[in-house]
Amino acid sequence: MEAALKLLRSAPATAIFGVTVIVTYVLVAIFAHWLAPYGETQIVGAEYLPWSDQYLLGTDNLGRDMLSRLIFGARNTVGIAFLTTCLAFLLGGLTGLLAATLRGWVDQLFSRAIDVLMAIPALIFALLILTVVGTSIPALVCVIAVLESTRVYRLARAVAMNIVVMDFVEVARLRGEGLAWIIRREILPNALPPLVAEFGLRFCFVFLFISALSFLGLGIQPPTADWGSMVRENATLITFGDITPLLPAAAIALLTVGVNFVVDWFLHKTSGLKT
Amino acid sequence: MSDETVKNGAGRDGSGHDGSGAVEAGVGRSNKPAEILLRIRGLKIEGRSGETWSEIVKGVDLDLHKGEVLGLIGESGAGKSTIGLAAMGFARDGCRISGGSVEFDGLDLVKAGVRKRRRLRGSRIAYVAQSAAAAFNPAHKLIDQYTETPVQHGIAGRAESERDAIELYRRLRLPNPEEIGFRYPHQVSGGQLQRAMTAMAMACRPDLIIFDEPTTALDVTTQIEVLAAIRDIVQQFDTAAIYITHDLAVVAQMADRIMVLRYGKLVEEAPTRTMLSAPKKDYTKSLWAVRSFHAEERPRPAGETPVLAVEHVTAAYGKTRVLHDVSFEIHRQRTVAVVGESGSGKSTTARVITGLLPPLEGRILYKGKPLPPKFSDRSKEQLKTIQMIYQMADTAMNPKQPVREIIGRPLKFYLGMNGRQREERIRELLSLIELEPKDFIDRLPGELSGGQKQRICIARALAAEPSVIICDEVTSALDQLVAEGILKLLDRLQGELGLAYMFITHDLATVKAIADEVVVMLQGKVVESGPKSEMFTPPHHAYTELLLSSVPEMDPDWLDELLAARARGEAGGKIEAADN
Repeated sequence: MEAALKLLRSAPATAIFGVTVIVTYVLVAIFAHWLAPYGETQIVGAEYLPWSDQYLLGTDNLGRDMLSRLIFGARNTVGIAFLTTCLAFLLGGLTGLLAATLRGWVDQLFSRAIDVLMAIPALIFALLILTVVGTSIPALVCVIAVLESTRVYRLARAVAMNIVVMDFVEVARLRGEGLAWIIRREILPNALPPLVAEFGLRFCFVFLFISALSFLGLGIQPPTADWGSMVRENATLITFGDITPLLPAAAIALLTVGVNFVVDWFLHKTSGLKT
Repeated sequence: MSDETVKNGAGRDGSGHDGSGAVEAGVGRSNKPAEILLRIRGLKIEGRSGETWSEIVKGVDLDLHKGEVLGLIGESGAGKSTIGLAAMGFARDGCRISGGSVEFDGLDLVKAGVRKRRRLRGSRIAYVAQSAAAAFNPAHKLIDQYTETPVQHGIAGRAESERDAIELYRRLRLPNPEEIGFRYPHQVSGGQLQRAMTAMAMACRPDLIIFDEPTTALDVTTQIEVLAAIRDIVQQFDTAAIYITHDLAVVAQMADRIMVLRYGKLVEEAPTRTMLSAPKKDYTKSLWAVRSFHAEERPRPAGETPVLAVEHVTAAYGKTRVLHDVSFEIHRQRTVAVVGESGSGKSTTARVITGLLPPLEGRILYKGKPLPPKFSDRSKEQLKTIQMIYQMADTAMNPKQPVREIIGRPLKFYLGMNGRQREERIRELLSLIELEPKDFIDRLPGELSGGQKQRICIARALAAEPSVIICDEVTSALDQLVAEGILKLLDRLQGELGLAYMFITHDLATVKAIADEVVVMLQGKVVESGPKSEMFTPPHHAYTELLLSSVPEMDPDWLDELLAARARGEAGGKIEAADN
């Protein structure tokens, strides 16, 4: 704990800003029930009410409180994005490390399969699959995780390739160590910094991807509050000069910026860049 | 020769006047007119580690006269290269010149602007880097890279400097001087590339060339060619040079004067002959004494089964055959040194023995029983008996594992040790390799010096309780003093534990120090093998002879005598043969 505080004190202003944003989002997501003045799907008044003391950010197209939906949206959107990114890393990271360590046909098989997946535009591919299997949250998570894992695979494989040729890996092989030990103890610790940095960036992309799908109507389904669909549902308000529908978009943008700041800082620390 | 000098001298005068400010020029001339080319006073350079700056060069004075060759020697980290670069008014990334002055022909390079410095570099001061392969741009032909500098500085046109390049290639005795320039860097050998680099540095006929370990990465047989070429050309054009190296025998051949550096400070300075015959300081004496370590040759045991036998091994990478019918034996408590230049198949032999490269023909016997050709088919017991120590201790250890885990893993893996027993054994091993257990057990490899890292690698090999250790160039990346410590340690361990060593090296001094038996390899074949005493007494195989005679000696006349002897035709044909 003390070390973490010390680390934070040496961080640049941008990183502190990023950490603050992320921590705030996480807290909001966890304590949504206590923070939100109204329920997630509760209809509290007339449609499209303006900002007032009772409804701080007004109401939406069905008369639900905007602020409450925004708060619950943090839980849904961020939670699902986090879960998806984890899954993508588990999948892409593991196959990438395996391919780099085993080489030969395993590498060929994985790499060519990934090439095929990457050849198809991600958004169109996701739209296609989701239309076929239906838009449940597990399907959404799985499809995005598989699509995003291609990028993770590429990175994990490239990083691991540079480590596999090191003498210490040869030492471990010659000692008779098993595959799991070599990957877990020799390669993974050395491949971790770029992968962690990538995790931050990937999280942003997943987040944007989900929001994009929701905006198109194939993402998180109503009545669940979600920032992407909130923009779509209330888009008509913009024509009347009301900025409310832009607030969920701003929330997405803010988180993306915050995460990027933290990732930048982390990359600087691990790569030893000075300027 | 002399007319060249005059012509260039005239050219220099013109370029020297235009830029240098009146004040600075005055300083340069007041003391020793036209004599001193480079004058460094109280030079201080700082390097950044983390957020703080620490001094790496702590006030060095240096004078270099026109046409003089100055040798800078010292261990790594002594600040040799940093001073060499500072002589051009340059500091590497993460370094800065924090004090003192570097006056080149009256102009203080520390204070001079970027433009003035840039005008000097390449045209009047040139630099030859350690690794020519890394210093050349692989995407351009040699001659295009040669002409770049003269054209850039407006000294000569393209066609003119191409003719000049060919002339210099000829003087540096490169094969096919008319054509070699039109090759790409990867198409010529390392020694040739280093000479092409020297030619490039000579392109503008500079007053000063800085050679930063130009032969360190080369084999002994090629090193001679490069040394002779560099020395000739420097003499022909009467160029001043700073020659940076850690190899004393090399500097003895090249320099008129030697400066010994340590921890960024000058230890001693004297003309070469005085320095070699009568060093004053203890540190210099210890450097001089390094090559004196010599282990007694142990007699070959009769009738004993060798611990390890390589029998008629032929191996290939893909379709290229790299080993042809290699055979030798290693006995208990004996050291077999495998010698040869790079590409001779020394390391490949080690890969065959460890099972990384299954041979096409032949087999490896351990105590009379054949080992499975692939390491993955060998049992734990078989893997444990052959351990390896690598050249680069840096990459041979996982940077994320502390010493305790590096040494502890084989203990657990092979011997099933756990808990206190393992902890005690790790400490025992650390004491065995002469490192204080409580200081080192929790360190990461990044917190160790080069010599300490290599010791930890030795401890890791010992942890498996092997009977054979393959040492692949274990000392070649280390400073001589440190390397000697490692050799002594290995020798002591052999005496105590009865280990057999296969010692791969290209350094014959190391062979003399530690071997009982020598195997000489050339192009994947064993050309000669036998006990050390026989190998170092004539008659030799032609290649062994060449190899032996190419090892620089600490005698400033050695190179002259050797070249004279070879010119007389004694070994002339063999050099040609080896160069091809």
